[in-house]
Amino acid sequence: MSRTGAGFSAGRPDDTVPAGGPGRSARLRGELRRHPSLLVGGVLAAAMVIAAIAGHVAPPDNPLAINPGHALAPPGPGHWFGTDQFGRDVFSRVLYGLGMDVVIGLIVAALAFAVGAMAGIISGYLGGWIDDIVMRVIDIVMSLPPFLLALSIAVVLGNTVRNVVIAITIAYVPYLLRLTRSGVLTMRGADYVLGARAVGASRSRVMALHVLPNAVGPSMVQAALMVGWAILDVSGLSFLGVGIQPPSPELGVQIAQGASYITSGQWWISVFPGVAIILTVLAYNFLGDYADDKLRGQGS
Amino acid sequence: MRRYIIRRLGLAVLTLAGVVVLVFMLTHILPGNPALVQAGGRANAHTLQEIERQMGLNRSLAAQFGSYLGNIANGSLGTSYTTGNTAAHDLLTRLPATAELAVASTILATIIGVPLGVAVGLREGSVTDWAGRVGAIIGTSIPLYWLGLVLIVVFYADLHIAPAPIGEVNAFAAMPPSYTHSLVLDSLLSGNWATLSDALRHLALPAVTLGIVETAPIFKITRSATLEVAGSDYMRTARAYGLSRWEVLKNDILRNAATRVLTALGIVFGFLLGGSILVERIYDWPGIGLYAWNAVTTTDYNAIQGYILLIGVLYVLLNLAVDLLYAAADPRIRFGSAGDRPRRRPRPAWQGRRVISPPSVERH
Repeated sequence: MSRTGAGFSAGRPDDTVPAGGPGRSARLRGELRRHPSLLVGGVLAAAMVIAAIAGHVAPPDNPLAINPGHALAPPGPGHWFGTDQFGRDVFSRVLYGLGMDVVIGLIVAALAFAVGAMAGIISGYLGGWIDDIVMRVIDIVMSLPPFLLALSIAVVLGNTVRNVVIAITIAYVPYLLRLTRSGVLTMRGADYVLGARAVGASRSRVMALHVLPNAVGPSMVQAALMVGWAILDVSGLSFLGVGIQPPSPELGVQIAQGASYITSGQWWISVFPGVAIILTVLAYNFLGDYADDKLRGQGS
Repeated sequence: MRRYIIRRLGLAVLTLAGVVVLVFMLTHILPGNPALVQAGGRANAHTLQEIERQMGLNRSLAAQFGSYLGNIANGSLGTSYTTGNTAAHDLLTRLPATAELAVASTILATIIGVPLGVAVGLREGSVTDWAGRVGAIIGTSIPLYWLGLVLIVVFYADLHIAPAPIGEVNAFAAMPPSYTHSLVLDSLLSGNWATLSDALRHLALPAVTLGIVETAPIFKITRSATLEVAGSDYMRTARAYGLSRWEVLKNDILRNAATRVLTALGIVFGFLLGGSILVERIYDWPGIGLYAWNAVTTTDYNAIQGYILLIGVLYVLLNLAVDLLYAAADPRIRFGSAGDRPRRRPRPAWQGRRVISPPSVERH
């Protein structure tokens, strides 16, 4: 279909490269050269995913096996990241926990995007009193910091992985809703939307085919960044004891378990899981930075 | 301007009422039985029922909402089951400790973030600019609580520079009379220099922890404000008329950046009020965050409720103050045509790391 204006990247000149132009790999190389953020973020994200898969498929050691004889061993040849107070291999636990955090981060971002974008489009396109009510409710919900809101909901629902995912998703939805809505407001008066209405397309058809694909760009960038925030928030909640519970080797749980050994010098139990969190969040922040650049370039 | 202020005040009152309802909804579907916590493990069914009755948990939700509103109206916020005081008393005596952290870390972040943002913004595309942007991205990727632990490892366990991360003062320090409940201010007011220096030493690590994480958003906003002005036509004109770089910087860039940073500070300061729960837990800092953590682990209804309510109210008021200051600084709002919807300042999302470019509708 050659309908103009549909599709997130429509109207961008470099998307309309005629057949016979530079090949896909050449274009990717050019893109990577122009945007180091994409290169760094992509490589980091891929490395962390590979590490997480390796940790589940072929962990160097059993992440849950207790071995009191080897408790609190410092990092060395046998245990690269040392062992914790129960003699468990920190390296294996970090790899295993990494997988949990990344998967939770991706699920939260995807759910929040689906719900937030959908509600934002409906609210923005319908306008009127429905929109007014939605926006007032969003204002109220946003008067609590998302971390605190997620914390209260997690306490209310109880500490299971599913409930923690729900809690953080609820805390993020307002941001995506608001962002998508403002995108819709700009699109609503666009010529092609008026045109579609004029030829008799129904409201839901216009929303699904014309407004939605064009209004969600900024929200998609935001959702990419949210993968990183979700990882920070899940591990933060778990660190406080209201997120994922031990003995699960989630990264925040591991940092909390090592916290009491920090002052006596056994730093490795907490420090390595934290490094894993930083590298993972960094990957998504770099990718978000790249997407943000692209979007700005497109706008001006 | 008056029209704008009235509208903005009305909106704030509406939001506050909403926050009150939201907090009730959040806390009154808590699992776990606070009566059981109150009674201890060995209570029999009869005692339990009796305590539930005393705490009003056996009443209808509407009746509970009524007494919740009553507790807000009389300013007590209900009694904390773990401390025996009213939640309002507990929170207000602990708030100054949290405020000490918030103020110290925000000052730190502003001192580092603003000059760095201006310097980097004037050299767009240079190595310095690139390094600054990468630094800011790294800054937004560090978990607050992990950073706190690492600073303890380095400065307490390894270098022995910092005091033990337990509370806001050495256990043997002479405590000054409490005028303000802020240890720094109290020891200053009473001239207790030994305690003051000990308190400042204890304040250093938690303030640096929060300060590092806060620097990134302040830096980013100053940089983009600088870029905006530095690339503008009137800047070129001013330079063409022979104004020196410094004069342009002083008159245009810093002024413009100041309003933007003010906006950012409102948000960052609010984030601190919520995020302090992690830092206070690590440093055993006796503020409202630690109080909330204790309340969560003991299912202390009124204390949790009071804490969330306090944060929500503080944030709404903070936003109101920033909006009004912003209106005073920006003539487009002050002289906006009557009947217009109030122009809203660009509102970055909650935490500093959540600042992304506003969608084009707000940019143009």
